[in-house]
Amino acid sequence: MGEFLLVTIQVDMHDRLAMALQDDLTRMIAASEARGVLIDISSLEIVDSFIGRMLANIAGMSRVLDAETVVVGMQPAVAITLVELGLSLSGVRTALNVDAGMELLRSSLNGSKVLYGSHFD
Amino acid sequence: MTTKKSTGLADIMAAKEDIILAEWMREMKDSLRRSDLIKDSDLRSECATFLQVVKEALETVGPDFQSPAWDKVRQMLGDISRNRAKLGFAPAETASFVFSAKKPLFTQIRQKYKNDAEGMASEMWSTTELLDSMGLYTAEIYQKVREEVIRRQQEELLELSTPVVKLWDGVLALPIIGTLDSARTQIVMESLLQAIVQTNSRVAIIDITGVPTVDTVVAQHLLKTVTAARLMGADCIISGVRPQIAQTIVHLGINLLDVTTKATLSAAFAVALQRLGVTFVRETPQQR
Repeated sequence: MGEFLLVTIQVDMHDRLAMALQDDLTRMIAASEARGVLIDISSLEIVDSFIGRMLANIAGMSRVLDAETVVVGMQPAVAITLVELGLSLSGVRTALNVDAGMELLRSSLNGSKVLYGSHFD
Repeated sequence: MTTKKSTGLADIMAAKEDIILAEWMREMKDSLRRSDLIKDSDLRSECATFLQVVKEALETVGPDFQSPAWDKVRQMLGDISRNRAKLGFAPAETASFVFSAKKPLFTQIRQKYKNDAEGMASEMWSTTELLDSMGLYTAEIYQKVREEVIRRQQEELLELSTPVVKLWDGVLALPIIGTLDSARTQIVMESLLQAIVQTNSRVAIIDITGVPTVDTVVAQHLLKTVTAARLMGADCIISGVRPQIAQTIVHLGINLLDVTTKATLSAAFAVALQRLGVTFVRETPQQR
């Protein structure tokens, strides 16, 4: 991945696992001086407000460590659920899959204009 | 157990069947007869059969419309009403099938009870009660049939009207026709997100040229769809914003966040291509 970190979430997250993930991730970003983090949630079929908040937290923490976060692979049903819950994950960038996510990170880190993908603050 | 009252009508119907039938047909004047929708011969046999089953029911338990002995009559009334509803009869025309039988029957009752005022009054009353129940029954069935038609049409409308079209590699268009209620929004969101995944699209153009009014509720539904698409990594552009809609949006203070909005689908398409870094080059004709 070069200067990017790829995190794949495959199991249902509960409190302690999520805290552990946040700890590990922040430590790894700092250690590897990664500039970008890709969180792959394509295996997640159920997402609740807890996970939503966790993703937003990770994005915030990464930004503080000068790394951009992109969440990829959200399933349609999950997207609809989040929208119905009123969670728009502001501050988190998203892309359809890992490739698209990497393109997004590369173009934003190159300082060039973001051509596609989406984000919102 | 039958009383003199209830066998009265049955007797009359047995004795004077033909006259009653003939007069009944006459009562259903041309406008009610609808010979354009139903043949005279068919109507006649329908009426004859009807008189028959009514007479049988009367002979069995008397004028008790709700009793199981009258099932056949109710069945026949239901069929007649359903058929007429489908053929395009008005509800009044359907109910008058029954009500126009009153006059012929009353004529016969008057004759039979010529010298018996009491008997005449009570027979007329029970007959009128019976015919009223039957008339109301046909009206009820008619109503149910129409409601069923409406419900089915609504379902079809819901299914037909949410296509997702691929305009270009990575660009989808979602033309919405008609009002956007919450049921529709659900379907729209699901189709759009599925399409985004399948076509790997990064831009979705939601065209609302066919949406008659945009109020705060519709705007909310649109924004929900936009947010859902964004969560999946696709940007949305709303196109087809008519001048009146633009005015309404401002008047109602609707906040469209930072969604790009365009008046035409073509303008939106141009923006989409720009975002993807695609340009078209017009060929100049070669000079020789």
